[in-house]
Amino acid sequence: MKKTFTVAALVLLALTLIIPSSVFAAEKPKFAIVFKNTGNPYGEKQLEGFRVGIEEQGFEAILRSPDLPTAEAQIQIIEQLIAQKVASICIVGNDYDALTPVLRKASSQGIKVFSLDSSVNPQARLTHVNQADSEKIGQTLIKAAYDMAGGKGEIAILSATSQASNQNIWIDFMKKELAKPEYKDLKLVKIAYGDDLRDKSVSETEGLLRSYPNLKVIIAPTTVGIAAAGKVLTDKGLKGKVFLTGLGLPSEMAEYINNGVCPYMFLWNPIDVGYLGSYVATALVNGKITGKVGDKFSAGRLGNYTITKAPDGGTEVLLGPPFKFDKSNIEEWKTVY
Amino acid sequence: MEKTAIDTNKLRGLHQYQWEIFLLVLFLAVNVVNSFLSPYYLTLDTFVSTPMNFLDKAFLVLPMTMIIILGNIDVSVGSIVALSSVLMAVSYNAGLPMPLAMVLALLVSTTCGFINGFLQIKFKELSATIITLSTMTVFRGIAYVILEDRSAGKFPSWFSFLAWGYIGKIPFILIVFVLAAIVFAVILHTTRFGRMIYAVGSNRTACEYSGIRTGRIILGVSMLAGLMAGFTSLFLTSRMGSTRPNVALNYELDAIAMTVLGGISTNGGKGRITGPLISIFLIGFLNYGLGLRNVSAQVILIILGTLLILSVLVQNFTDRQSAPSSKKISAPTHRSDAGDGLDIHEHSAQGG
Repeated sequence: MKKTFTVAALVLLALTLIIPSSVFAAEKPKFAIVFKNTGNPYGEKQLEGFRVGIEEQGFEAILRSPDLPTAEAQIQIIEQLIAQKVASICIVGNDYDALTPVLRKASSQGIKVFSLDSSVNPQARLTHVNQADSEKIGQTLIKAAYDMAGGKGEIAILSATSQASNQNIWIDFMKKELAKPEYKDLKLVKIAYGDDLRDKSVSETEGLLRSYPNLKVIIAPTTVGIAAAGKVLTDKGLKGKVFLTGLGLPSEMAEYINNGVCPYMFLWNPIDVGYLGSYVATALVNGKITGKVGDKFSAGRLGNYTITKAPDGGTEVLLGPPFKFDKSNIEEWKTVY
Repeated sequence: MEKTAIDTNKLRGLHQYQWEIFLLVLFLAVNVVNSFLSPYYLTLDTFVSTPMNFLDKAFLVLPMTMIIILGNIDVSVGSIVALSSVLMAVSYNAGLPMPLAMVLALLVSTTCGFINGFLQIKFKELSATIITLSTMTVFRGIAYVILEDRSAGKFPSWFSFLAWGYIGKIPFILIVFVLAAIVFAVILHTTRFGRMIYAVGSNRTACEYSGIRTGRIILGVSMLAGLMAGFTSLFLTSRMGSTRPNVALNYELDAIAMTVLGGISTNGGKGRITGPLISIFLIGFLNYGLGLRNVSAQVILIILGTLLILSVLVQNFTDRQSAPSSKKISAPTHRSDAGDGLDIHEHSAQGG
């Protein structure tokens, strides 16, 4: 028995040593994307968009997601990608800072690193592909509230946590927009925080309805908040009295769009976000752009883009205005993500 | 009981290492397959840097081996890692010098281990699993209360040396881990404390009646587990350069899996630390190799799960075969144990 094992071990050892690594032919450049975690329908669409974009340019795409949405799991994957000598790594970060060491290691080996959707520290990235222009999100949501309220009345915002950076940027732009003269009859009465928890968002919505009986519109720029508010408004039979808009997932919001509680809402198209990322990747690798402000490149079917300054001190590419979902297209999109 | 334990150690023959040899062969097989499948696998850089990917959690495997030999399971170690990491970051950001913050992390984690052990002694009727399940949520809960949804970090640059640094060509973490493994092997296999762990794992009640202070053993092992969780938190935090309350998620499960694959019976009272040491590298390299092939995370999980089930089945099978008549699977040396009839390993394994 012992002998068998020993012999087997020796044979295997010999095999390991004699396989020449040169048997592997040179391959075409590989472009990798790392999403937050597996089993996320939004993420699957983003990966798909990236893959299509890379393949239509004739390269090979590597799509990876860890089984847990943690930075340490992403670090392992990035190490594996470094060992594979990929041309670029596109990271949808699980943590703003914790990936910095491993991403810098990747950069030091000549790999082009940039983030997408959920950004990482500017020190660790060349640029960032952002879903939508924060200012446009603010403008679009206020315009929607204005139209739903019929031009005047009380509105409230249901946000995620009070320290979520993207939420606060959007809310600031909404306030700026409200200061414009055409919105003088809209009154923002309260910003509530549902912490992106379903039950807390529900009770915050109920609180809003009790405290402000004349409330016309709730703007929820978070997928958890908007779905919770949709449920409350539906259950309380407030359709046509209090309107709902914001940023939501079509699959979760289809019910409330179809029943009229939420006439329309917005989100970006995750497929396009990934697709745009694929062109950023190739442009960085073939040297067309370096990720600095003012760099221009073309992104296939999406057209031309310019890199701009990001609020966090780095640079970014903005996909464009948010995408509108209403009764006319929700059936098609609710199965997508 | 104590005497027989000594004898077992002395009379250990090569055949006893069958499981380890099996794991080694598996490890080699993994490497062969990996190098067939990926051109990037067999490079010096890969071999040297790969252990940096998984050694942080490997520190948890050392005490987990002792815990499982005791017949217990500790599911709180991942949460201890998170709590001590968060406290280290917060105290450093509050002005504590980094070396002291690191000491604080170790103190916190050892205290957490002490709490685990203390509760186990005080509430004997509760299983260690239930107790550590509760402390698991408490420890991570405290980490969440402290940092909420934020991350903390901005450590001095030398701190990154822990997880990223090399001494010569060898990763620093590998050196520390080897030292820690040697210390644990010595404790478990040559000291009185180590023999007590086997004895308590075999039959706690009998130990108590023979005057062994089982409480001290359990407390000691729990504190060692806490201390090692502190080591993990140092290396993990260094690797990420910042921390947040959800770090080290499921690390306890990984540690348990590596330990069980290493041949440590969950019935308690048996197994050697060499098995888990090999299985750390086996799972680590397997994971890494599959990752190099860009196998999806779900499939990797399925493969590792299958490996674990197989290992438990094989162990179970060989246990049953060797218990009544020991001749079947093993070479001549086996007669020594069989003759002695001592083998707390084989015969009183159910006692824990």
